[in-house]
Order: sequence, then structure tokens, then C-alpha cells
Amino acid sequence: MSTIEARTASRLLLQVRNLKVWFDTPRGLVRAVDGVDLDLRAGETLGIVGESGSGKSVLSRSIMKILAPSARVLPGSEIRLKGLDLATVSPKQNKHLWGVDLSMVFQDPMTSLTPVLTVGAQLTETLRFHLGLSRDQAEEEAIRLLTLVGIPEPAKRAKQYPHNLSGGMRQRVTIALAISCSPELLIADEPTTALDVTVQHQILNLLERLQADSGMGMVLITHDLGVVAGRADSIAVMYAGRIVEKAPTKRLFSNMRHPYTRALIDAIPRISHPSHTRLASIPGRPPVLIDPPQACGFAPRCPSAQPRCLSETPVLEPTPIDPAHASACFFPLGTPAGDAARENNIKAGVNAAGTAVNAGESTDGR
Amino acid sequence: MARFVLLLVMVSVATFLLLELIPGDPVDGLLPEGATEEMRQQLIQLYGFDQSLVTRYVSWLGDLLHGDLGTSWQTRIPVATTIAERAPVSLELAVLAMALALAVAIPVGIYSAYRPGGIVDRIATFIASATLATPAFVLAIVLVWVFGVQLGWLPIVGWVPFSEDPFQHLRAVILPVISLAGGECVLFIRLLKGDMMATLQQDHVLSARARGLPTWRILVRHALRQSSFSLVTVSGVVIGRLIGGAVIVEMIFSIPGLGSLVVIAINNRDFITVQAIVLLSALIYLVLNSLVDLAYPLLDPRVRRATT
Repeated sequence: MSTIEARTASRLLLQVRNLKVWFDTPRGLVRAVDGVDLDLRAGETLGIVGESGSGKSVLSRSIMKILAPSARVLPGSEIRLKGLDLATVSPKQNKHLWGVDLSMVFQDPMTSLTPVLTVGAQLTETLRFHLGLSRDQAEEEAIRLLTLVGIPEPAKRAKQYPHNLSGGMRQRVTIALAISCSPELLIADEPTTALDVTVQHQILNLLERLQADSGMGMVLITHDLGVVAGRADSIAVMYAGRIVEKAPTKRLFSNMRHPYTRALIDAIPRISHPSHTRLASIPGRPPVLIDPPQACGFAPRCPSAQPRCLSETPVLEPTPIDPAHASACFFPLGTPAGDAARENNIKAGVNAAGTAVNAGESTDGR
Repeated sequence: MARFVLLLVMVSVATFLLLELIPGDPVDGLLPEGATEEMRQQLIQLYGFDQSLVTRYVSWLGDLLHGDLGTSWQTRIPVATTIAERAPVSLELAVLAMALALAVAIPVGIYSAYRPGGIVDRIATFIASATLATPAFVLAIVLVWVFGVQLGWLPIVGWVPFSEDPFQHLRAVILPVISLAGGECVLFIRLLKGDMMATLQQDHVLSARARGLPTWRILVRHALRQSSFSLVTVSGVVIGRLIGGAVIVEMIFSIPGLGSLVVIAINNRDFITVQAIVLLSALIYLVLNSLVDLAYPLLDPRVRRATT
């Protein structure tokens, strides 16, 4: 290992290797996460993008070890925090890892605070348990944290119950809770999805500021590429329990390889579009993850899909020109094979899976 | 308050009418063997049985408003005195049975919800399906047979007042309390487990887990309170039922409580005593129900806002 590689490895905060999480359901095994690799360096932000059911929440919950009892993490899966294999420690043995070094902000602030405890009580409880503060110290610290996340009149708010606060304020409280013990890794699972657009922006800025001040690493999970575009150092696009493309943010946007990434971008409405332009959408639905066939999960919805995509599962591989940029596609965009595949499908009006392909999707919408 | 009074009046009227339907003349039970018609008439005059139902009700109500529950036809002892003697016995049984049922049901309910299908849950479910089908008196008889007859550890029947011998009192109380608590305990476990399982699915529990809080703390502080609405509601009804109506268990163990009193009074056509006990039970129910209503805001602050 060269010195540069060693230094990089030492700064690695989170390493996920071949993570597989399957769920036992009455209808069969659901492969919610099916072989995911991720890396996050200290102080950086990793954006994970995918639509509902792509496995991104299961991914974050497996890191936090709060999976439902029906979930099975398969042998060979590895999650390491600063080199420590999280499979080898349990929350019981290591009481001050989850909630201290690792913490999480949930999607819906309306439901993720305990309704019967005051905001202050929830903060002081966490502070006293993990940091061993006295009651007075904890109360002082709680008010400092509420101030830090931008809550006006923190002393008064601390005495209130969650239902007395607006959604945006509640999400600030959940963020205060998540950062209360100075985590090294903060997972934000769709932190703004349940909020008003104007509030979304404030919350994202708050997270960015807190991260800049503390140097914590952040995993920002979203279904909206626009949210992570300007904020993440690198992005991983998830589809059907797998990562289909990952790259440093700029390179992902400048050189998109996977047709799904492209489809996600095209689905973002743009102000530059004339009024009443039809919103671009991805045809079909994400596949059911019970006993998936050997095939690319996106093939039925993909304008580039070829017969090979229906009989083989592509693996995530670095692109020849950029080792930091990886995609899982047999016919990546911007390659001769990929362009040919797409053009042929447009000519035929249909992809290999029989889904109609119209020309509008093929033109470079950017 | 007006609703309260109206309900109590309705209960007393209904009892009056229903008691009137019981066959048998109260006077017959009061007369000694070979009594003359003259004695009979005197008795009727004395108790006012010759008056109309309405007149009797009004005069009873009038006495009641003056704090007089009347005098037992049978024993000539003021009803209030008898009740004052017996109510503490029933109250003690009810409170102890309730405390025992909750003391078992709360931890078992919580744990069964936390680990559904686990060993605690399976044992609880097994016992539940066995006891739900068993009336309290069957449990009482089985307990008497095992601990009283076979093992001889505990007295089979009888009652020793606490003031007389505290130790013997406790021994006498154990089996009736367990008989009363058994069925209720199973009910409580079911209620709590159901509500608790729903609460444990909620995001705030997940988020408390993600904060690394210890499991017992999450279960008790973050989940139990919201999950106790059904439990508290039913507890109010159950304790009322236990105070006023532990009839069978009191009869089996010959405990001098309200339940056995009401049975004796009905057998003797001592309706004035029955009236008083029924009214008292109704009052207890109403008070307990109001207490339950008052408890909701303590359980969940969101209710507080809605009511104030």
C-alpha cells in the first residue's frame, strides 16, 4: 500500500463493503440492499440518491443497527466506522457508539420526536446518558444546542412538547438531538422531504454549517438529485438495492454514465423550460425485490436496454478513464456501445424489454 | 355534575323497579314461624309496604338526601353501618388484586411487545388462552384445592381482620386476591401488548434507538405512556367491578365484603340494603370514570391541549 493510499485509508470514516440486507416476508425474501459498497472520508458529505424502495433507508438503518427484526444482514457484509467492524460490536457492549459517534436525522420530524416528553427532556436525557452530564449542565447544554440549530427563545422551547413546534422547528430539534454528542458521522435520511420548500433550504444550510463547524462526515440521503447536487462531495445513485453509479459530484454531473442517473436528472423540472412542458418521468415502476432475476433491475424502464441487460446483472465497475467514477451498466452513456444501443432503441421505438422509447427522452435534455 | 346526579337517579329508579319484579314478599322473610295476620299487618305498616311504589321511592330518596340509607329490614342495623363495615374489605381486595394484576401485566406486556414470539410472550399467550376461557371462580376453586387442600399452605376459607392478626389476615387474603387478579391480569397484558406493539413501530421509538438510549429506557420512557390509554381506561372499569361485584370470589372464600352482602340481602329480600349497594357501586363507577378522564392528559400532553 502506497503512503498516499494509506493516508487516504486512515482518513476513511465509513466503509461499507458488500452490504446485503434481506427481509423475510410472507411472500419471499426481499433483497432490500443487495451488495452495496460505499466510502466516506472524514468531514465529507456523501449523497445517496434513489427513489422510494431503492433501499437507501435500509442502508442507513443497517449502519445505525435499527433494522426491523425481520431483516437479515447477510454474512460477508461489512460496515466499518474508522476501521471498526460494526458487526463485531453490539449496542449493548458499546453503549456510547450509536448516538455519540454515529447519529441520524429522520425523515419526518412530525413523528420522530417522542410526543410525551418535552424537547428539553429529550435533549438532556441523551446528554446525560452519553456524556454523563449533571442535570444542570445538561440543561445548559440543551439550550446551547437549541441556539446552535437556530431555535429562537431556546429556554422557552425546551420546556415545550414537540406538538407545540412547527415542522421546521421540530426538524431543528431532531438535528440538535443528533449532533448533541458531537458525532463523527451524521446520517440524514431524507431530512427535508416532509418540510415546506422554503424550510427545506434552511435545514440543508443548517446541516452544512454544522458540518463545516464540527468536521463530521455526513451521509445525505434523498430522492432529489437537486438536494445533493451542490452539497455532496460525492454521490451514489441507488436503484433496486444496488448502487448503479457513484462518482465525485462534479464528475457525476459532467459525465453521466448510467441511464438511470440521466433519467433522474431529466425528471427535475427546470425553470428554463417553457411553461406547460410535460414533466419528464421514468416509465414503469421499480422492480419488486423478491427473487429478482439475473438482469439489470433498470432494464425494463431503460431507453438503452439491450437483450444482454435482461439476462445478466451488471456489476459496479470503475470507468476506464476515471477510477473514482463507477457505474453498473453494459451500455453506459457517452460510450460508442451505449450511444448505439440507445439510437437503435429509438429507431425501433421500443427497448429490449418491450417498453416504448420515444425520441424525447433520447435528446440531450440538459 | 348534573349528569352525575341524573345517572344516579336513573340507576336508583331502575333498581327499585327491578327489585319489585323479584318474586316473594319481603314481609314473609321477616315474620317468625306461625305469625298472625295482625303481626303481618303491623310489619307492613311499619315498613310502609302498603304504600305505592312512587311514594316509597320518594320517601327513600328523601331519606337519602338527608344522608340516611335506611335500616336493614332484616337485621334492623342501619344500612350505612353495615356498608361501612364491609366496604373496606371489598376495597382492600380490589386494590390488592388490581395492584397484583398491574404489577404482573405491565412488565410482561412491555416485554411481550418488545419481543413478540419470544419466550415471555409465548408463555403469557399460553396462560392467557387458558385463563380467558376460565371464569374467576374456577381459578379460585383450583387455587383452594392446590394451596389449601393439597399443600395446606393457606387457609381455605375465612377472614381474619387485619386489626386482629395482620399475619393471618395476609394469609387469608392471598388466594382471593390471586383469583380476582388472574383474569384481569391476562386482559391487561393483552391490552398493553397490543398498544405497545403499535407504539414501538413508530418513528420516535426508532429515533430513540438511533440515539443509542438503553432499551428499557426507550420502552418505559418513550413508549409506555402513550401505550397505556386502553390499560388505564379498562383499569377504571375493572376496579369498579372488583369493588362492587366480587360476588363469587367473596362467596367462595366467605369474605365479609360487599359482594357477599348483596347476595345475602337479595336472598332475604332485604331490598333496602340492595338499593344502597347498587347505588354505591354506581357512584364508584362514575367517580372512577372521571378519574380515568383526568388521567388522559397526564399520559399524553397532546390531550392536555385539546381539553384545556
